[in-house]
Amino acid sequence: MTTVATKPVRRPTGRRTGVSKPNGWWGLAFIAPATIGLIALYVWPFLSTLMKSFQDVPAFGPATFVGLDNYTALIGDGDFWKAFRNSALYTVIILLGIPLAVVLAALIEQVGRGRAVYRVLFFLPVVTLPVAIGMVWRFIYNGDFGLLNYVLSWFGIDGQFWVADPRFTIYAFGVVGIWMGLGINLIILGAGLQAIPKALYEASSLDGAGRVRQFFHITVPLLSPSIFFVTILSVIAALQMFDLLFIMLRGVNNTALTDSKTIVYLFYEKAFVQFDQGYGAAIAIVLLMVIMIATAVQFRLQRSWVFYG
Amino acid sequence: MKRKWIAATAMAVTAGLLTACSGGSGDTPKNEKVTLTYANWSEDQSPAMKQIAAEFEKANPNITIKVQTLPWPEYWSTLQVGAAGGTAPDAFWMLADHFREYAKGGQLLDLTDTIKSNQIDMNVYPKPVSDSYTYEGKVFALPKDFDTNGLWYNKALFDAAGVKYPDDTWTWQNVQEAAKKLTDPKKGVFGIAAPIDAQGGFYNTILQAGGSIINPEGTASDFASPAGIAGLKFWTDLQAAGESPTLKQLSDTEAVSMFENQKVAMYTSGAYWALRFYKNPDLKDKVDVAPLPQGVKRATVTSGIGNAGYAGSKHPEELKKFLAFLGGTKAAEIQAATGTVLPAYQGTQKPWLDSMPEFHLQVFIDAIDYSVPLPVAGNASEWQGLAPQFLSPAWDGKKPVEQAAKEYQDAVDQVLAKQ
Repeated sequence: MTTVATKPVRRPTGRRTGVSKPNGWWGLAFIAPATIGLIALYVWPFLSTLMKSFQDVPAFGPATFVGLDNYTALIGDGDFWKAFRNSALYTVIILLGIPLAVVLAALIEQVGRGRAVYRVLFFLPVVTLPVAIGMVWRFIYNGDFGLLNYVLSWFGIDGQFWVADPRFTIYAFGVVGIWMGLGINLIILGAGLQAIPKALYEASSLDGAGRVRQFFHITVPLLSPSIFFVTILSVIAALQMFDLLFIMLRGVNNTALTDSKTIVYLFYEKAFVQFDQGYGAAIAIVLLMVIMIATAVQFRLQRSWVFYG
Repeated sequence: MKRKWIAATAMAVTAGLLTACSGGSGDTPKNEKVTLTYANWSEDQSPAMKQIAAEFEKANPNITIKVQTLPWPEYWSTLQVGAAGGTAPDAFWMLADHFREYAKGGQLLDLTDTIKSNQIDMNVYPKPVSDSYTYEGKVFALPKDFDTNGLWYNKALFDAAGVKYPDDTWTWQNVQEAAKKLTDPKKGVFGIAAPIDAQGGFYNTILQAGGSIINPEGTASDFASPAGIAGLKFWTDLQAAGESPTLKQLSDTEAVSMFENQKVAMYTSGAYWALRFYKNPDLKDKVDVAPLPQGVKRATVTSGIGNAGYAGSKHPEELKKFLAFLGGTKAAEIQAATGTVLPAYQGTQKPWLDSMPEFHLQVFIDAIDYSVPLPVAGNASEWQGLAPQFLSPAWDGKKPVEQAAKEYQDAVDQVLAKQ
């Protein structure tokens, strides 16, 4: 950044673009706090993680350079692929929650008085401690005494051990994840809904369009930028899922944990439980790439469905 | 003018940010006020730790002790990051399975000289525990407490089934017969809890069957030996007979909670539950404890928390003083009197026994005689984590015990070979 300040670039045309000498200094001074924060909290940790991923890092003491060893070990590690599948499955489930959020947002928008009450209700999980959420859902999902199985028994359905049987854990977490993310999504989508001109609804109802038709032909297309934004955020958050697993399965000796680990959980386990920070760093870098690819793909796909008016 | 003023402020803030991190502290002259942090992971024990700290401060007015309690799941990651980054607490609890990494990494304060100069007699601590905090002949932590295992049982459930209470004559066979009689599917009561529990469960039975868990050199495990298989089979047989809640049930509701809810009649585990059971009004009069049943012989694993100091502490002299105090009688007595845990210091356990007279807690102290240290060879946290993965199929009856034991042994040996 100092090079920019001391050697202002002059374009051949002679037009003064970019920063000129006296103003450049002040500009940099203004952004310095943010820049330093960014470098200290994001850029530096990223670079050090990247570096560690090429090293064998013991818990304490000097690291040794091992080239791509961590990455080749990762590719051959069945646990990693299992975690990858779990994370992918969880992300898909979370994505299924987005249509739900859109419908709910539209319904809440219809509510005249008391709209705020619904918003608060849906937002509560966002401001609740994940530990508390984990405890409550553990009770709901309990195979023997759980609320869910109790309700299912009214309909003569035999309940399952939702978070103790690896066949169901990811789905069970997916439901909690959707519920937890709903609050934020509804706020974003609600703001998007308010930006849609009411005249469009009035005009279309004069033309005889019903509520459902309006939803699919006015609400969804005009809301698509917000939906896109929510999707990007949800996918990133879903790929980073860790807390639910940590709270609900670890520390309680749950044998389903072995088959339910997500990528971030595996990272935690390698780096902080088994002291293998180099391997952990490699997992983190791979996850970063997965998130970047997933986001890039979404940006590419948006051209065909997001409508910017 | 105004613009310049704002810019100057921004610069000043930036400069402040840059220098904030570099403020170091020099050497402390004698008798200057010094603050030491002391980290633990137990809310239950925190009051006793604060009481010990206060007692130490009384004798050392220039030293202030700040007791820090971290939640268990975060404790080790916080400690590791702190130690690597130079910001670890001065004194902290250590466990045998994590100890080697820290000692090998040079993160712990060497207490060998402190022990000499304070004339601390290491024989007052249970040997398996003090041995587990010795690395290459140097002592890096003084034992704080210890735990052995016993057979907790619910007298009310025994009475209801008309079964005689366990005592020190009991063998595996007695437990198996009692488990059968105590199991009552109609009431949802199981004879015993058989989770995949190393320390409270299959380590003990493998030792009782005459086996070992890890060889003395720390290079290979012994799970697939005849004794290893017998020790594992003890639990899988109970599972197969339906005399224990299934693994799934025990995953949803921990074994200790099952015992507390009076859904299981027997539970083999440590002394550390005593206070919790004692404080539970539903259990206080119904629960008692007997020695673990004998197999081929008597055995239990033992381990204990150690009080260690951070090698990077800025006040090593004061820290050594504090650690010596933590290893002494006073600290042990406070722990015992509050019923917190079984203190490691020999002869200080009586107040602990007296604090819960209805329980036969002496069995935990008697067990020292036949106790074996918890195996911690190699990267212990890594191979210990393998048990659920490899043993679940045997517990669920999906794989023969012999096969699961062999696969488990191979996986553990692979980790041990990495050292």
